[in-house]
This record gives sequence, structure tokens and C-alpha cells, in this order.
Amino acid sequence: MADHTDQQPKTAIWNDPTFRAIVFQILAVVAIIYVFWTIFDNTLTNMDKRGITTGFKFLDNPAGFGILMTLIEYDETYSYGRTFFVGLMNTLLVSVIGVVFATALGFTLGVARLSNNWVISKLATIYVEVLRNIPLLLQIFFWYFAILLKNLPHPRESMNFNDSVFLNARGLYTPGPVPTDGFFVVWLAFGLGIMATVYLVRWAHKRQDEQGLQFPVFSSAVGLVIGLPLLAFFVMGMPMELDYPSLQGFNFQGGMRVIPELMALSWALSLYTAAFIAEIVRAGIQGVTHGQTEAAHAMGLRNAPTLRLVVIPQAMRIIIPPLTSQYLNLVKNSSLATAIGYPDLVAVFMGTTLNQTGQAVEVVGMTMAVYLIISLVISSFMNWWNKKMALVER
Amino acid sequence: MKRTLTIATGVAAAAMVASSAFAGTLDDVKSRGMLSCGVSTGLPGFSQPDDKNNWTGIDVDVCRAVAAAVLGDANKVSFKPLTAKERFTALQSGEIDMLSRNTTWTHTRDTSLGLNFAGVNYYDGQGFLVQKALGVKSALELNGASVCIQAGTTTELNLADYFRLNGMKYSSVVFDTSDQTREGFESGRCDILTSDQSQLYAIRSKMAKPGSAVVMPEVISKEPLGPVVRQGDDQWFNIVRWTLFAQINAEEMGVTSGNAAEMKNSKDPAKQRLLGTSGNAGEKLGLSEDWAFNAISQVGNYGEMFDRNVGPSTPLAISRGLNALWSNGGLQYAPPVR
Repeated sequence: MADHTDQQPKTAIWNDPTFRAIVFQILAVVAIIYVFWTIFDNTLTNMDKRGITTGFKFLDNPAGFGILMTLIEYDETYSYGRTFFVGLMNTLLVSVIGVVFATALGFTLGVARLSNNWVISKLATIYVEVLRNIPLLLQIFFWYFAILLKNLPHPRESMNFNDSVFLNARGLYTPGPVPTDGFFVVWLAFGLGIMATVYLVRWAHKRQDEQGLQFPVFSSAVGLVIGLPLLAFFVMGMPMELDYPSLQGFNFQGGMRVIPELMALSWALSLYTAAFIAEIVRAGIQGVTHGQTEAAHAMGLRNAPTLRLVVIPQAMRIIIPPLTSQYLNLVKNSSLATAIGYPDLVAVFMGTTLNQTGQAVEVVGMTMAVYLIISLVISSFMNWWNKKMALVER
Repeated sequence: MKRTLTIATGVAAAAMVASSAFAGTLDDVKSRGMLSCGVSTGLPGFSQPDDKNNWTGIDVDVCRAVAAAVLGDANKVSFKPLTAKERFTALQSGEIDMLSRNTTWTHTRDTSLGLNFAGVNYYDGQGFLVQKALGVKSALELNGASVCIQAGTTTELNLADYFRLNGMKYSSVVFDTSDQTREGFESGRCDILTSDQSQLYAIRSKMAKPGSAVVMPEVISKEPLGPVVRQGDDQWFNIVRWTLFAQINAEEMGVTSGNAAEMKNSKDPAKQRLLGTSGNAGEKLGLSEDWAFNAISQVGNYGEMFDRNVGPSTPLAISRGLNALWSNGGLQYAPPVR
């Protein structure tokens, strides 16, 4: 064998396995590019032949329609391109709210299912089994039409809390803060507090590694992030006014408002996804061998620190990958918003804008690209976090 | 290597075939023996299926009349229910032969979608449905109101224009279907519901307490609704357009589904030309000479279509108004057959 390999084999180049492998791969790539290019070119040619307008010029035209809730400045005179961003911001808002609440509730329920308390663990089981087995769209309808709209009163009979907070079928109205001169100092203090906290955490870690001394990181962090801006606020002589909502004509004007569509949607998304997260957390915790808990107890740790310092960090390695999928699901499920009139990307851009311009290919393409990008960003962040949480061998 | 090439040629061939299936809609319909017509997913009076999947409505009758004119049988139609978002794509791609789905004729749709509007079978206008308890007398008192709208219509733009023009503010809640819109309105989420007037009456008739809401007198837009065909097939465009014209002419001449057979022998040359006793109107369209006779005898003239589906004896109880013949003070006017 060895003798043969020393000689150059006298085979033709197209019989060389490496060469053939490369050729086939190039051919496969060319074929794939050709297929997609054909589809793309074919679509454009056919649309052109039938006199259908193509291109992205419509994004600059004025939209002319109103949107219920906008996080960025918008009115009828803005362009179709702007409606894209208005919809996108609304999608992101409901997704972020959903992820935060679903995670908090999911972790609580997951731990509760493993509780030694019979009532608590059974309640958590019932919650999970009921919520994850009913279709999400039905849950959204339930919260919106059956709970919120059926029970909330007309604006003229609003529930009134201290003449400043009002609740009715049009939403929850609260006084809105209007910063006056000097409020920037509060923001400054807030930024300073965050930077100081980051530094403090690093310092405390290092000190504990070197000297074994613990430092009350959590309470000092709270003090820095919340206390420092508060202090600045009072020192500057409270540079803020409150804008109170008041009933004018049909509806309340002024102040801040949370529309019922946002409440119902974020509610339904959080409760539904929390049921899945609870199961993931339970599986993760049960995946850590009981010996770890026993060892921690033997070292004198109580139940709470055992969970927090020994079990959860190890369970996270099991939890994070499926948790990523749940976050992705939640973001994609938020497009059900269109059923209850919450102005998300699908309702605004793929709904009204598409209908008014008729440019289906461009609009649907842009919307799909956005969901793809959001999902890829979430999953790359979660992968990065997963790597960080993975077993570090010292 | 061989396999890759086969796949590539296969895809390319499929793409080319897809692009050539065009023009000659008349031949397609004839060889299929069936007219494929896009309608709504359910709108009383316009296109609505019953529990046996029999479709009725004024838009449905437009499809049936074309089927009668082309194939000689008003029942040879397969109805494709489409949402507002799907309708134009379905027509552009050739999935349906014509679209008859309470679709407003607008500049953008006529010029940039590769479509042609063949006529107007219903003159509509956008109006408001208001909760009676609000005590509003005119649409100009609606400053600051919440408005429920159904998605995928031209109503959103009209609403915004109207409020802007009159210096009023509003906030709109856009629902996906007609029933959700009504539920939002009934539960008090909105003060007003806006839609085409013909639909407001249909929506109100479905409410739990129809008496609790009133339709405002104001009409804020022009909504000419009509059948749509693909651009670039003039023969098919003419067929759809002239079938509707034939029905309007028939009403004007007093030709109905009941008397069309006798009228064939009428001494009036205009009736003879319309019903194919003399002249060659059908041949010019590429159809048989009894094209209009079939449409009128099987489906009826325009007035019959209107009365049967939306007229005073139906739950919608809409009067002819703009849709009366020009000779009765309305807008329905058809060029003569000669």
C-alpha cells in the first residue's frame, strides 16, 4: 500500500475524487443560483408583461391612512415606507413585552410544578395543561372580545382611580410625564448608575474569587440604578410635569394610553408561551442530577441558594436551546395581532399598505425578510448566551 | 451531473410554461366548459353561499350572466371565495377568469395592477353607522371618535381624507373580517363603524340590537363597484363588459327573463339585435348569436338582478337610488347594441 501511494497515480483528472467532489459542489451551487434567478427573473418579466407596476418606488408615496398606535411620529402625510417602521416598532413592542412576561411567569411556574407543596404544584400543572392545549388565536379572541371588551365600560362611565387613572373600553389612561428643563440630569444619573453597576459587579466577582468575601451586589445595584436618578430628580427640584387625561367629546385626551388590543395580545402571548417555558424549565431542573442538590445541602446551603447557585446554572444549559425556539415562536405568533386590530407589521404594512398599493410581491417579501432577520438576531443572541452558560472547565 | 441538469431543465421548463398560459381567456373557458369567477368570502346581497354552497348575490349574478353568454348555461360557474388581500393576485395569476367581488374602481387599481374594470354593477358610497346613544346628528360632529374599519378596503383612505379635510381627529381600529368589525362596534370599542353603505345595512341587520345604531345620511366617497378582468385580453374584456351592458339595455327595453323568448319575435329592431334575431352582435364578440338572450333569460335584466339580491323586498332593503336607470334619474346607462 505504502509503495503505491508514493507514486503519482496515473489516473485521469476527472477520476480524481477530490477534483470530482469540488466540481459537483460547484455545479450544485450554480444550479441553485440558476433556479432562484429563473424564478426571480420570470416573476419580474411576467409582471412587466402584464402591466403590473413593480419596484420599491411606492415606499416614498404618502400613505394617507391613520394608524391606531404609533411609537414613532406618524400621521397621514407620512410615506408608505414610514408605515413599515410604525408596524415594525409595534411588532417589536409586543414581542419584547411578551418575552419578558412569558419568561418571568414561565420560570415561576416551572419551579412551582416541582414544589413540595401539593396545592402549588397541582395548580401549576393545571395551568400548563390548559393553556398550552388551547389554540392561541382562540385565547387572543377570548381575552379581547370576551374579557376586555365585554367588561370594560364606555368612556363616559370609565372606572376612575383618583381622577388621574381611567380604565374603559378604549384603553387604560394614566398621567403622562412631561419632562421640563433640567430633566437631562436625571438621564445622566441613570447612565452613570448603570456604568457604576457594571464596574461594581466585576469588582465584586474579582474580590470573591480572590478573597472569598461576598458583597451585597443586588441591593447596591438597585441603589445605583434607581436611587441615583431619584436623587438627581429631587436635587434638580423635580423637573417634570404630569399631563392628566381628561374626557373631551367621545374619548379621553392627553396622558399616556395603553390600548386594549395591546393588553389582550401581550397578555395572551405571555400566558400561552409561559406554559411551554414552564415545561422547559421543569425539564431543565430535573435534568440536573439529584446528587448536586444533596451535595449542596451537605455543604450547608439552604433550599433557595441551592436552587439559585447550584441547580439553575446547570439547568440553564439544558433550558436555553428550547427557550430560543419559544422566543422565536412568540415573535412569529405576534402576527395574529391582525385578528383583533392591533396595528403590527402584518396588519399595517401587509394589510393596508399592500391593499392600497397592490404591490404584493414587494410588500410580502419585505415582511418575510423582517421576520427572518428578527428571528436570526434572537437566535444568534441566544446561541451566544448558550456558549457563555456552557460548562466552563477550569 | 445528469441529474442536476435534469432538475435545472425541469425547473426552467416549468417556469416557461407558467409564463405562456395567457391571453385567449375565452378559449380557456370554452375548453374547460366552466367559468372560474372570484367572489367575496360572504357578503349578504353581493356574494354569499348558503349551506349547500349555492351562491347568490348581485356580484354572483354578474358571473352567472357571463357564463350564460359564453357557455349557454348560467350554472357553469365555479366560484372562488377570495379575501380582499387575495383578489387581485388571483386574477393576475390566471387562477380566475374574472373577478366580481364588490371591488371599487380606482385609478391605482386600473393603471398599476395590470387589470381592467369592465363596468359598474353597483354604485356605492362610504357611510357611517353610529351608536344611537351618542345622539350624533351629522358626521361633522364626530371629532375625536374611535372608528371600527374592516381591513383590505379603500375605506381607510377615504376616512382619513374626510376627517383631515374637516379638521377632525379620529383613531381607527382595523379588524380582519366583517363580523369582528361588528363585534368591536357592538361592544363599544368604537363610536362609529365605517364601510360602504350597502354593507352598513347588512352589518346592522346582523347586530343583536339593530335598533341601537343608525346609518348617518352623509356619504363621504364614490365607490363604483364592478367586475374586473386581466389587461391585455380585449376580447374577454368586451365579453364581460357587453354582457353587463346587455342586461342594462334589457331593463331599459323592458326585456325580462320571463318575456325574453317572446321578445325575440318583437318588431323592435333594437330588441331583435339585442336578442340575436337580427344582426351579428354575438359573432363580433366571438360568441353565438343568442349570447344576450341566454344571459337575460337565465339570469335576468339588471333590474331583476338588483331587486332579487339587494332590493326593497330583501333584508337589505336598499332602494335603487344611484343605481336606477338613467331614464329614471339614476346612473345606470349602457351604450346601444348596434
